[in-house]
Amino acid sequence: MTVFALIIINKAGGLIYNKTFHEAGLNKVSTNDLLVLAGTFHGVHAITSKLNPVKPTPDRSSTASNSGLANRPEPPSGLEVLESENFRLQCFNTMTGTKFLLFTDTTQANVDVTIRKVYDLYSDYVMKNPFYQLEMPVRCDMFDRKLLSYIREINNR
Amino acid sequence: MANLPTGKPPGKDQSGLRYPSNGKTIYHRPLNRTKTAELSQASFAYLFSEMISYAQRRVTGIQDLEQRLNVQGHPLGLKLLDLLLIREPPRTQTRPLNIIALLHLIKINLWTHLFGRQADRLEKSSNPETPDEYMIVDNEPLVNAYISVPKEMSQLNCAAYVAGIIEGVCDGAGFPARVTAHSVGLQEGGGGDGGMWPGKTVFLVKFEAAVLEREALIGGKG
Repeated sequence: MTVFALIIINKAGGLIYNKTFHEAGLNKVSTNDLLVLAGTFHGVHAITSKLNPVKPTPDRSSTASNSGLANRPEPPSGLEVLESENFRLQCFNTMTGTKFLLFTDTTQANVDVTIRKVYDLYSDYVMKNPFYQLEMPVRCDMFDRKLLSYIREINNR
Repeated sequence: MANLPTGKPPGKDQSGLRYPSNGKTIYHRPLNRTKTAELSQASFAYLFSEMISYAQRRVTGIQDLEQRLNVQGHPLGLKLLDLLLIREPPRTQTRPLNIIALLHLIKINLWTHLFGRQADRLEKSSNPETPDEYMIVDNEPLVNAYISVPKEMSQLNCAAYVAGIIEGVCDGAGFPARVTAHSVGLQEGGGGDGGMWPGKTVFLVKFEAAVLEREALIGGKG
């Protein structure tokens, strides 16, 4: 049960954060390759969310009394999990299109809970930081510190 | 738009401020109503973040930025002094008359009102050359809870805003002072992750010479 690494991709497909937690886990990849991975994943995600089978839209006239918000369709989700023999990549896409990719052991449980907690930390320590510029690489000590202690707690469980 | 409650039409004596439809402003509310009210920390964090971005416009340096934050807090302190005193029981409603009483009011009443807990420590400067300096220590200031200061601005401590509030309270009570906020967490711990309280902040209160002179005359008894 190990969390290997975290990658955050902004809504334009740029890599804004990457951190390896478990040195013995994944092989080292150059920053250039990570940037390519981020861009490629972003593209594949966009395409897979279009592949979503079309759901039958509810009849407009029968639900006219409802507000427009209630019958807005769920946004299509796109690629969520990528699995190999040795690791598993889980993607969490926020409402604004920022993507969190978590590389874990294939046996890791409750990855969606972990990834949501990481999103919590991101929205606290990155989005509420007045010195962070949107869509730019994340350089926040506080976020690093909280993230490391949270992941360490999970890896030692 | 015609069926919306419009309230009072903006009169000639009003600026563009909004006026509630029932005509009752916050000045009509009892002063003790919000005594135990709590606010969302998240919305404060976003507001404070915008205040810092606003203060950052056209500043010449970190000192200037801290000064601006200080100025934003100052009027708040002046008003809070009155509010906190009026909420005291009638016998102790007088304003503090000596330095220790004033600092205790800040450490206990002001801190509890603003942050829901007392300040962590109160110290007098041990340096004999600066008897006019007092220190209020907060291990993790609420205003800095979500703020990571970038390396190139490591001098900055955004709690300068709180320093401004303290300065307002001191000025309002007739103890003119200069208050500055300093980060000490990283030096003290010495370790890689900055010891136990990486965000530890000292508010240095430097009273004016006249205050010390007066204090000596009345013998600190008030």
